[in-house]
Amino acid sequence: MPSLGATYGRGAATLAQWDLANSDFILVMGSNMAENHPIAFRFVMHAKEKGATVVHADPRFTRTSALADIHAPLRAGTDIAFLGGIIRYILENDLWFKEYAMEYTNIATIISPDYQGPDELDGVFSGWDEDSKSYVLDSWQYEGMKVPSSLAEHHATTTESFDETSKSTSEGPPPQDRTLQHPNCVYQIMKRHYARYTPEMVERVTGCRADTFLKVCEAMTRNSGRDRTGAICYAVGWTHHSTGVQMIRGAGIIQALLGNVGRPGGGVLALRGHTSIQGSTDIPTLYDMLPGYLQQPHAYRKHKDFDQYLETEQTPTGWWHNFPKYAVSLLKAWYGDHAAKSNGFGYEWLPKIVGDHSQLPMTMAMRDGVIRGMFFLGQNPAIGGSNSKLVQAGLAKLDWMVVRDCADTETASFWKDGHLVRDGDMRPEDIGTEVFLMPGSLAGEKDGTFTNTHRLLQWHDKVVDGPGESQSELWFIYHLGLRLKDLYAGSEKERDKPMLNLTWTYPEMGPDRDPSAEAVLKEINGYTWADRKQLTGISDIKDDGSTACGCWIYSGVFPQDDHNQSRSRRADGPEGPGTHLGWGFAWPENRRTLCNRASADPEGKPWSEKKRLIWWDEENESWTGHDSVDFPKDKAPGFDPDWSSHPTGMDALDGRSPYIMIADGKAALFAPSGMKDGPLPAHYEPLESPVHNAVYPRQSNPVAKRWEEPDNQLAKPGDPRFPYAFTTYRLTEHHSGGTPTRSVPVTAELQPEGFAEIPTELARELGIGNTDWIVISTLRGEIETRALVTDRMQPFRLAEGRVVHQVGMPWHFGWKGYATGDVANVLTSVVGDPNTSMHENKALVCNVRPGRLTRGAPTRGDG
Amino acid sequence: MKRIRSRSLSDRIGSFVRDWSVPRQIAGQSSATKAAESSLSRGLRPRLEEADTVGTNICPYCAVGCSQLMYAKNGRVIHVEGDPRSPINQGTLCPKGAATLGLMTMPDRLDKVLYRAPHSDQWEEKPMDWAMDRIAHLTKRTRDETFVHKLPDGTIVNHTLGVGSLGGATLDNEENYLIKKLFSGGLGMVWIENQARV
Repeated sequence: MPSLGATYGRGAATLAQWDLANSDFILVMGSNMAENHPIAFRFVMHAKEKGATVVHADPRFTRTSALADIHAPLRAGTDIAFLGGIIRYILENDLWFKEYAMEYTNIATIISPDYQGPDELDGVFSGWDEDSKSYVLDSWQYEGMKVPSSLAEHHATTTESFDETSKSTSEGPPPQDRTLQHPNCVYQIMKRHYARYTPEMVERVTGCRADTFLKVCEAMTRNSGRDRTGAICYAVGWTHHSTGVQMIRGAGIIQALLGNVGRPGGGVLALRGHTSIQGSTDIPTLYDMLPGYLQQPHAYRKHKDFDQYLETEQTPTGWWHNFPKYAVSLLKAWYGDHAAKSNGFGYEWLPKIVGDHSQLPMTMAMRDGVIRGMFFLGQNPAIGGSNSKLVQAGLAKLDWMVVRDCADTETASFWKDGHLVRDGDMRPEDIGTEVFLMPGSLAGEKDGTFTNTHRLLQWHDKVVDGPGESQSELWFIYHLGLRLKDLYAGSEKERDKPMLNLTWTYPEMGPDRDPSAEAVLKEINGYTWADRKQLTGISDIKDDGSTACGCWIYSGVFPQDDHNQSRSRRADGPEGPGTHLGWGFAWPENRRTLCNRASADPEGKPWSEKKRLIWWDEENESWTGHDSVDFPKDKAPGFDPDWSSHPTGMDALDGRSPYIMIADGKAALFAPSGMKDGPLPAHYEPLESPVHNAVYPRQSNPVAKRWEEPDNQLAKPGDPRFPYAFTTYRLTEHHSGGTPTRSVPVTAELQPEGFAEIPTELARELGIGNTDWIVISTLRGEIETRALVTDRMQPFRLAEGRVVHQVGMPWHFGWKGYATGDVANVLTSVVGDPNTSMHENKALVCNVRPGRLTRGAPTRGDG
Repeated sequence: MKRIRSRSLSDRIGSFVRDWSVPRQIAGQSSATKAAESSLSRGLRPRLEEADTVGTNICPYCAVGCSQLMYAKNGRVIHVEGDPRSPINQGTLCPKGAATLGLMTMPDRLDKVLYRAPHSDQWEEKPMDWAMDRIAHLTKRTRDETFVHKLPDGTIVNHTLGVGSLGGATLDNEENYLIKKLFSGGLGMVWIENQARV
């Protein structure tokens, strides 16, 4: 989540779910929380019972809307217009929390005189290069100072173009005008930037009535200050857009302006969809990062050797100054005795990336024959991947693929009964892919930890064996590794060294020789290399090769040989503080609320009795309170760096800098680096939209990733062949690609068949009755499904009396299991957010007609 | 089914009234104890009484992180319920979480290795060892055929663009760690992705 990373320093939920019960105001946006995270939504209801105002801003009226005080409907993909309107409302009415924002954000910081916004430059920011379709970030910097990003992923891209003579963050505090009069201070820039996001503009763009929008603004700002806090909950309704990262940035800015972050009941809660999706980002099975948000070495950045890599990635100031400790200790964990200072700890053995290797270009690389062998480990891209027919065409080009899951999946069987075969494009005998389908164990059949949506690691026990030959991924990957080590044994080739030198010794258990998950978690936690003593936490990690640590942010989860904190199950009682520090382990260092230094005022006192969390204990000269402190424990509130000594690391942050991962310790209202598409969120239409952009002359995000090819075309804005907005969503009873619920009798019975929701007015116009068959088409393909005609989908009335109808469809369905239906992702396209390569399946355009498809006929529709 | 012995009408009414809980509740007995009993319920035993193992599980579906208590008997799961100790779910589960037992015991649960040879139109069963050996062999072959040690400009990249991996968000941290370690740190794969972007 680069958005929260660039704003607050860490890309993760800032508060625990249970802490929502302490909120005075909750905005759920980009999420249908009541249906998709029902158990977490209980805390929203607890807050409401205690008097909190709950708002649901969403294109659809759902159970979340039904339980909210206000439902603000908005057209899919227009969230930034809505959030920008809130920011304008806060600034114009002077309703921001001044004591908080003046000290804890960069609101007074002066930006380069070369900066210009999209209001001045026809919809792009300064630094735009039309040829390369990218930004040069120099003009977004603090005046006379370069500011490295807190995001591993973006360090290099944002520092390359800097003038080497410009001042570094260790040479003095950022330039500020605390009177906020300087025309290029962040406050004035934001005021200019958001001036056009008036309530009238919000209505014209989003379709949400201005009076409803203003009610939301009033409720939100009423609940900010010393005594009150508000939270924002979002999910993939924000991330799945070509402007998704900037939507979350919008929430980040609002929460920092209102002084909500780091405080009880305040912050931004990312509601994630898979049980350990946070964990698989922290310990990333992702192409661009190493465990703990360290940058994967890149062939075209200053990453040539280890020294250069460290020099590029280590920030002069802030917590990331510790970067070398974490990188060295990771290499030590991976290459053991072969990792020494003399060989850069084996840095060269790490593969370097050469571009974007995320799932969308992966689809293209399969289709183009670049990727020849694939592992699918509990993921079903034939259903979940954008442009499903293109995905399946890619599978058909592979030499071999391994699918590991608990049941047969559409991906595993694409060659048998997938779209290519069904539509007559290919016969099984035309498909040369060698396929292995292997039974995978589920939680309960294996030991291990999941990391939940609020960074909490919880151990789960092995209670039974999986059925038949089922094995865990841990077993699979461990035994695959052993076999590969055997196959490479004796090789003298340089290229085989990483395989030979990889540490791969784990205790085995039982007749199946299961590797010990505890031993792996101990390596993740880290230990001293010489005598294998568990590290007690992050501060034990060294940069001299004396410690090995698989993921520095998880250090402390296994602090002693016999103490697995993730297995601890001691919750607070009713009289306890309610931070539940004895239940599981939250990274980093068991902190439940990130940036919790901000729960105290600049002097270190709680903002109010009601909202106390941590505070400065004058007597003991240390921070104390109900949570593990996310700040140097003994740094006094009044501390100021001695700039004459060119301080580095944490020494360069004053005692009023709760955002320790950011180079200047302040929340970035204006993000000088880290974002590829602008330092402030600006409204662009989705890449496919029924209307033209009413805010700027630029139609869509100029930096968005596009792969426009004959099998992946996009409709032009306002294309009359595709007049309706289309959005995808999830159901309570089904899970993502559907394998773990469509084959389960009880959940299949609850939601037995695919459907699409269409507004009553549109159904009448097209002569469609409830449960009638309909065909939905886009430039990528056509599908058939049943119509669910409902007033929950309301038409949007936009500028000049334009009415836009919207169709919504759950994307879980496929042709396996008991609950079946056509695949929504046949309709979607391979396009992506420039920061994350996240697709845009929440906002596209389609056509609808009554009737059914004739299978066997070409299905690439032209409407 | 046992045949019900025919009895006189008054007999049947009498035993029904004696067995019926409502009159006993009206008479003041607690509906939580004695008055909830019937001749049927007296014969029932709690399912969990037979469990020989109980473990703490975490729900495998969304990322809320609900705790579950998982009960097993003779190596088979017999019951899954919300863990009342958890500060997240406090004993509750949603429709998906409550279906965890159904997931583990679903009729179509895969329990063997299936193999589809190139150009074949059917699955065939294969031994695990054979499949593991074959996968290791294919992985090595494709890696060796596509491995790049240096770019033309001399930059050492040590990578292969020929093999990819997708998935991880449903897996344990320990599993993701070993996947990344072997695939990236050992084999030099760069196409490593999971559900974080979907």
